[in-house]
Amino acid sequence: MTSAVMSELSAELRGFREVQALAYECAEAVAAQLRPGVTEREAARMQREWLRERGVRDWFHLPFAWFGDRTAFVGFRVPLQFFPTHRKLEPGMPFILDMAPVHQGYTSDIGYSGCLGLNPVHDRLLADLQTHRELILREVRERRPLREIYESVDRLMVRQGYANRHRAYPFGVIAHKVGRIRERRWSPTVFGFGTQALKGLAGDAIHGHRDGWSPLWSPYRFSDHPPQPGLWAVEPHLGFRGTGAKFEELLVVTDSRDPEQSAFWLDDDLPHVRRWAEDAV
Amino acid sequence: MSGQSRQSGQSGLGGQSGLGGLSGQGGQGRQVLAGARERWVRTGGVELCVAELGDASQPTVLLVHGYPDSKEVWSEVAAHLSERFHVVLYDVRGHGRSTAPTPLRGGFTLEKLTDDFLAVADAVSPDRPVHLVGHDWGSVQSWEFVTVRRTEGRIASFTSMSGPSLDHFGHWIKKRMTRPTPRRVGQLLGQGAKSWYVYLLHTPVLPELAWRGPLGSQWPKILRRVEKVPAGDYPTPSLRTDAAHGAWLYRDNVRARLRRPRADAYAHAPVQLITPTGDLFLSPKLYEELELWAPQLTRRTLAGKHWVPRTRPEQLAAWIADFVRTHEDLGLSSAQGAAVARPKAAAGRHADRFGGQLVLVTGAASGIGRATAFAFAEAGARVVAVDRDADGAARTAELSRLIGAPAAWAETVDVSDEQAMEKLAEKVSTEYGVLDVLVNNAGIGLSGSFFDTTAEDWKKVLDVNLWGVIHGCRIFGQQMADRGQGGHIVNTASAAAYQPSRALPAYSTSKAAVLMLSECLRAELAGQDIGVSAICPGIVNTNITATARFAGVDAAEEKRRQKKSSRLYGLRNFPPERVADAVLDAVVKNQAVVPVTPESRGAYLMSRFAPRTLRAIARWEPRL
Repeated sequence: MTSAVMSELSAELRGFREVQALAYECAEAVAAQLRPGVTEREAARMQREWLRERGVRDWFHLPFAWFGDRTAFVGFRVPLQFFPTHRKLEPGMPFILDMAPVHQGYTSDIGYSGCLGLNPVHDRLLADLQTHRELILREVRERRPLREIYESVDRLMVRQGYANRHRAYPFGVIAHKVGRIRERRWSPTVFGFGTQALKGLAGDAIHGHRDGWSPLWSPYRFSDHPPQPGLWAVEPHLGFRGTGAKFEELLVVTDSRDPEQSAFWLDDDLPHVRRWAEDAV
Repeated sequence: MSGQSRQSGQSGLGGQSGLGGLSGQGGQGRQVLAGARERWVRTGGVELCVAELGDASQPTVLLVHGYPDSKEVWSEVAAHLSERFHVVLYDVRGHGRSTAPTPLRGGFTLEKLTDDFLAVADAVSPDRPVHLVGHDWGSVQSWEFVTVRRTEGRIASFTSMSGPSLDHFGHWIKKRMTRPTPRRVGQLLGQGAKSWYVYLLHTPVLPELAWRGPLGSQWPKILRRVEKVPAGDYPTPSLRTDAAHGAWLYRDNVRARLRRPRADAYAHAPVQLITPTGDLFLSPKLYEELELWAPQLTRRTLAGKHWVPRTRPEQLAAWIADFVRTHEDLGLSSAQGAAVARPKAAAGRHADRFGGQLVLVTGAASGIGRATAFAFAEAGARVVAVDRDADGAARTAELSRLIGAPAAWAETVDVSDEQAMEKLAEKVSTEYGVLDVLVNNAGIGLSGSFFDTTAEDWKKVLDVNLWGVIHGCRIFGQQMADRGQGGHIVNTASAAAYQPSRALPAYSTSKAAVLMLSECLRAELAGQDIGVSAICPGIVNTNITATARFAGVDAAEEKRRQKKSSRLYGLRNFPPERVADAVLDAVVKNQAVVPVTPESRGAYLMSRFAPRTLRAIARWEPRL
């Protein structure tokens, strides 16, 4: 790869990294404001307003907030249940903030897990997510089919004693591709998803269908292909008896032959990664 | 008149009288309460015989007996509690060695019984409130103690079993009479029928005659046969007078209180309600709205009949000790001005039933076993997770502790190894105690035609699936039977136990054997209050497919089939957690055979009504 391409790539990555950092900053700011009695809807609105004030005009999807056993998607049957409700936060409750803002054409998609006060189960789940982050990166670098990596993650979860909750997402995806989006003056959303982003995903799906890959990383046959270069928003989601935890961040996959360069996490300076580092010390 | 106490006939401040067997009047219950210090408390014209056990500097637990009993009914419970607490028992007026009021009529009102309680409490624990425990009429009167104003600050906690407050009972009846829905009428009639003896006790003279005559002599036998009270030095020889005097408890209070129940009968201390599910005299429905009267209520459910202090002493002692400790700590921390944080009680399903019980699950490193361990942990049980896979078992134990198990341990044992199981049983009984629930769940899968299945394959599958269960039932079941305080054994069979299949001859055989073993054992252990259930899950998403042996194919093909079948089971996606819920339900309801998934239920139904259809299905060979 020539240096020009490389620097072009890194300029682009910088854009993605900035918006991801912005989104995580938002998550931490909103999480710090959560108090007992705050509802999911209020938490979602806080995220939306925080990001709007900082120039976000379009979304891959609007911010979500899940409290209590909704973090593990207990009793979810229809996709509408993902949307924020009037569930109130209580002391000791876990929560997840999930947002995907688009800023200056760069998309990010992040998930932030926390809990209000002490919750040992939640702490354990969050700590156990570390091995999933390592596993996914390792197997992507090995160029294993995405479906197989999905199954490896599944096996690890079962061994840890947890349930796979990303299975509840649309198409059961553990990850999906994101890309650049053209900024429009009018950026409507449909069922919480930005139309521009959906257009990009649909375009990828059509291209991928021709070439034998899919922008959705699922347990199904259409994901039985090696990792496709690009940016993947990876979101392993663990559930354990009414408590759920996830992280979501961008994984960069390139066609480089160097394993180190072939796949890497876009940013390692994220709240959950810092937390693991602190725990290790 | 109330609260006046006198220590009679004893020297020394503590009223020590040496060993209970060496002193005292009457001469009853000498050996029953071994090591008890006795004293006499005079109040309201009667002298009460009070026995004390344990270290007097520890929190005081006051045990109040019922009808027709004397304080000796508590002997087993008291022995367990006296290791950690200052245990006080007294004979209610007119019972045991306490004197009776004269005249008897009007001498047993709840007001006078409250005077007695206060006198005893002031004598044995003048500075600190006592932890009250009542059974039967002891509980009825304790409800009075805990709901009247003048005892406020004298009671730290109250554990009630088999005895409702007459005031609450009165309101309960009134509510059902004034707005009789079919359900309420049913409850009313049900309890009305269970109260037959109350009506009889209101007849004059007849009860006294009966007790002094044939009923008195037959009573021990009746208790043994109907209530399964173990034979021994209970009931005491004072039974006839206890029963005759005690009739006045009913005559003096029941009509008056049920007709005009107090409107302010709110408990001013935390209450733990222990409900025996098999009580012949009291319906559990009586306590439906108890939270209204006792805001700090902890519910416990016990599989047992009315005389639980005799039949389930260990469990009662454990729950009482737990409750006392909790509220003792709370009392201390609030006294020191620290924030009173109520320890988080296990909130899972059936927490009232399994709290603090000891549960052992085999095959607990994954799948149904792990989910079952978690379900019991959530219900507050202590869990022993047994598996060949040490890491998996350790993980199960660790997570169990996180979600509510007060303690959880991992043991690495191969269930097919008899010696290892013997050693495990020895370790469990010495270190953790006798099991309350045993779940024989470990099992392995084996698929392939009969002629492809080698003798080695057969041996392996029978060793784990059948012999593992046999060893578990035999060794741990023996311990349960020896303890004689009930228990439950759950064996994981399978839908394959009644659904024949050409693809699973060895596995189905082993599971059918487990099913029949469970049924036979259930018959044998029923007399000892040990339930046996067989769970038949069906197709459940666990790793049994990924580790199953496929006979008659090479390693690569076996791998492929494992993967394929795992995928199919994953598509079916019936979670092991729901099987675990079925296991807990089976124990609570003491069910014999429990098919879980719809296909398992369907097959179970068909095995009885349309076996030929099942045989037709058995001929189909699944393509993997």
